Amino acid sequence: MSQVGAVLTLSGLTKVYRGHLGIGRSVALDGLDLSVAPGQVFGLLGQNGAGKTTTLKLILDLLRPDRGEVRLFGRPPSDPAARARIGYLPENPYFYDYLTAEEFLDFYGRLQGLPRAVRRERVRESLSRVGLADRASTPLRKFSKGMVQRLGLAQAIQHDPDLVILDEPMSGLDPIGRREVRDLILGLRAAGRTVFFSSHILQDAEMICDRVAILDRGRLRACGRLADLVSSSVRWFEVSIRGAVPEGRFERVSSTGDEHLLRVPDIDGLARTLDATHRAGGQVLSVWPRRETLEDLFLREVGHAAATRSDG
Amino acid sequence: MRAPRASGVVTAIALNTFREAVRDRVLYLLLVFALLVILVARFLALVTVGSEEKIVKDFGLSAISLFGVAIAVFVGVSLVFKEIERRTVYTLLAQPVRRWQFVVAKFFGLLAVLAVNVVLMYATVAIALWLEGASSIELLPAVWLILVELAIITSFALLFSSLTNPILAAVWTSAVYVAGHLAWSLRLLAERVPPGVARWACEAGYWILPNLDRLDRKATVVHGLDVPAAFLLWSTLYGACYTTLVLALACVAFERREFR
Repeated sequence: MSQVGAVLTLSGLTKVYRGHLGIGRSVALDGLDLSVAPGQVFGLLGQNGAGKTTTLKLILDLLRPDRGEVRLFGRPPSDPAARARIGYLPENPYFYDYLTAEEFLDFYGRLQGLPRAVRRERVRESLSRVGLADRASTPLRKFSKGMVQRLGLAQAIQHDPDLVILDEPMSGLDPIGRREVRDLILGLRAAGRTVFFSSHILQDAEMICDRVAILDRGRLRACGRLADLVSSSVRWFEVSIRGAVPEGRFERVSSTGDEHLLRVPDIDGLARTLDATHRAGGQVLSVWPRRETLEDLFLREVGHAAATRSDG
Repeated sequence: MRAPRASGVVTAIALNTFREAVRDRVLYLLLVFALLVILVARFLALVTVGSEEKIVKDFGLSAISLFGVAIAVFVGVSLVFKEIERRTVYTLLAQPVRRWQFVVAKFFGLLAVLAVNVVLMYATVAIALWLEGASSIELLPAVWLILVELAIITSFALLFSSLTNPILAAVWTSAVYVAGHLAWSLRLLAERVPPGVARWACEAGYWILPNLDRLDRKATVVHGLDVPAAFLLWSTLYGACYTTLVLALACVAFERREFR
């Protein structure tokens, strides 16, 4: 399904891992089709072991597919000219700890083909962009996990690539670090760059993704624009009340003392519940209309797949 | 955005490899070497009469060779393994770097480390000889051939570390070193076994294994004999061809490797 102008296209991508001496096999990826258009933030979502990292390694030519193909800017990933246009941050990165932050970025700048004068400037810029300007001369062995992650991001973006590939960029970061990574991804999108990242943290993906794909056990379960996949209509109401629980068509979710949380399925039920609470002498504390979230979609797709498997 | 030139990529990774070896304190081994050579030289000066100069030369050259081989085997094997185990190779190969460039760069980085080591070890031996009032200049052809031998051993270390785990790679590389020094015995054996598979295997082993014994000119220079320039040239050419061939195999093995 190669699309004209697509930054990244995966067609029928299949990867099978074999055990020692070819004994035993597990299908890590099974016929994955995806296409990422320029300027998008694309989230590849799935549980651990769903095939996200395998997909990224196939895109980077670290693994070779058993079937199907990867096209990066219309070229195979083995072509350095294609890889020259990408930036990559692996999951839980580890870098050469005998280098200082500045030496590390300079080394990668050389591999990325940046001339010496440009390199010097980019290293300085990138370090301040990820908040490490004052750590330029610190050896990496003295960096915390979060600082290594931020330095890895600097390495991935310093050559201004067209496509930035991030493997679990939020994992291991504190809330402020996650916020910074989110802002950085949105900044890249604003600058017209494409970001392709894997994550199992759905809230982060929901905030920044234009499109998502849900992987489960190597198979694509859903793919599309978030707005198309997740219904924007209200699915139910959460009503918090104090006092006696009236009769009505709702489900009591929890109770703490005389405060109760009710799940009311529709707007008619909501009107009746509010009226009944008032007549019973109770007090309505809050009403929260619930829309479908990415988490709901994820649980639905992955849960549906699990149910299908157990039926089969 | 264009891919960088191959020479730029190889130089960058080779320099980084050299920097890694230096900062991992590989050169500290030299202190052990220097101490050993000076102590042995002083000891020999005390207990021998007349031939201590030859003994210091012989001991010095053997020590240069052994320390060099130890660095080539263990550093050579661990350099590639560490890149894979710590997953630094992921970000490296995600750059516009071809896999053969990575292998070739690792080779030249380690060869630079070995060259610096050999030069400094030779300097130590030269100082020890100078203290005894002896010259060391005639040792240079043998030292050069040790470096040629180390280039061959390094290429094997890279080949085996592209194929298997570091322990096996170290064992196999050491085995090639030992077998390479005993290759001549396969020739002798071939003459004594009856014609057939056994003779053919001995002949094949003799031609396939690197003829490291031929590169060993330690005894020649210690006894003050000349190593002809033509011999040096042909031996260097032999080493260069052999190294290139093994390195090409290492590149093919690394090209086929998958990083799970």
